[in-house]
Amino acid sequence: MYDIVIIGAGPAGLTAAIHARRAEKSVLVLEASSYGGQIINTPVIENYPAAADISGFDFAQSIYNQAVKLGAEIKFEKAIRIENTEYDKSVVTPKGSYKCKAVIIATGSLNRKLGLDNEDNLAGRGVSYCATCDGAFYKNKPVAVVGGGNTALEDALYLADIAQTVYLIHRRDTFRGEEATVSKLKQRDNVKFILNSTVTKLNAEKRLKSIEVTSTDGSTQTIEVNGLFTAIGRIPENQSFADVVSLDKDGYIIADETCKTNAKGIFTAGDNRTKSVRQLVTAASDGAIAATEAIKYIAE
Amino acid sequence: MAVIKVTTENFEKEVLNSDVTVLADFNADWCGPCRMLKPIVEEIAEENPNIKVVSINIDDEDELADEYDVASIPCVVVFKNGVEVERSIGFRPKDAIVELLGE
Ligand SMILES: Cc1cc2nc3c(=O)[nH]c(=O)nc-3n(C[C@H](O)[C@H](O)[C@H](O)COP(=O)(O)OP(=O)(O)OC[C@H]3O[C@@H](n4cnc5c(N)ncnc54)[C@H](O)[C@@H]3O)c2cc1C
Repeated sequence: MYDIVIIGAGPAGLTAAIHARRAEKSVLVLEASSYGGQIINTPVIENYPAAADISGFDFAQSIYNQAVKLGAEIKFEKAIRIENTEYDKSVVTPKGSYKCKAVIIATGSLNRKLGLDNEDNLAGRGVSYCATCDGAFYKNKPVAVVGGGNTALEDALYLADIAQTVYLIHRRDTFRGEEATVSKLKQRDNVKFILNSTVTKLNAEKRLKSIEVTSTDGSTQTIEVNGLFTAIGRIPENQSFADVVSLDKDGYIIADETCKTNAKGIFTAGDNRTKSVRQLVTAASDGAIAATEAIKYIAE
Repeated sequence: MAVIKVTTENFEKEVLNSDVTVLADFNADWCGPCRMLKPIVEEIAEENPNIKVVSINIDDEDELADEYDVASIPCVVVFKNGVEVERSIGFRPKDAIVELLGE
């Protein structure tokens, strides 16, 4: 029996682990993939207080070491269900079931996919969700970026320095992202705007070869690209817990700054919670609050 | 066994002509998840003397990356008798990598 099981070893979950361990609670952190969460690919973080120029990797490594040194136990297992009875709680993974007094769900968010046939098979073979991670593989090759927000615009600008041609595909004719970045893109000869259009098909032989793009007027065209970078936002992945905690219409766990869900003894922290600012500093802040509330709940 | 650094020059000898199963880790120094995977790959090499574990730096060996359709790293490819049998992309926990070996 653990005092607290934390689901997710991102910044929110690991911060919760640090706070819970400092209060001498026994802590198990479950992680489906790598500790550190979504930040591990980011070359530099510039907005975290007192750590002006740290890479995402170093940030993740340092918070992980801090939690482990304080005695948090980490298992690389994916939580697939929470069992919540009147008397106790268990978090279930494909390998086991872990009984505990309180649970903190800190599962963060994932890249939104286009939802096309073959998309998963082609991930890492032309389909990418991270320009700074995979851009280097497309030197002097044609690529496309999909999206209209800041991430898509910045990805297009980043790729314009590497790739031969960058097609920026957006379903509207205006961008949500910053006008200044749009102007910079317009000055690049190798950036071509394809507006009012969506990607409707991926054509591949082993690797991505071309994409079919359909315009709002119904016309289609095939564009030869080796890489397709999708930047159409992020989504939470909380469906496995929907039977125990309430989600909003977009799938975020409903909770205010106290990080309490509708289920007693189950808390949430980080990007997967209903909130307006999703950043490292707010994830860390949630982690501290969720741990403190969980400790209070156990004492009651 | 220690992890062997492989380049275009010794790829054929170390990987394609290997008598034992080869686990090839395509990586780069600037890639965060690759750096997280590195100690795991090293552990697997130490714990499995019956296989060969090789590391391929994609910045130096872009031809190999291209030839093997590696377009996202970390990318771990398992070769048996010179033929690719398994592949995983992105950071994966140790168990998942060991499972790829199918030994
Ligand atoms: C490219 C990029 C750049 C960014 N740059 C910045 C920046 O400069 N500054 C800044 O403040 N913020 C930045 N952010 C945002 C920041 O990374 C997030 O706000 C923060 O990581 C959220 O932390 P989290 O712990 O809530 O979630 P995450 O980081 O998403 O971590 C959640 C963890 O839970 C795990 N998980 C999910 N489901 C399960 C399950 N069922 N069982 C077990 N484990 C599970 C995931 O594998 C993951 O490791 C950036 C984000 C991206 C994508």
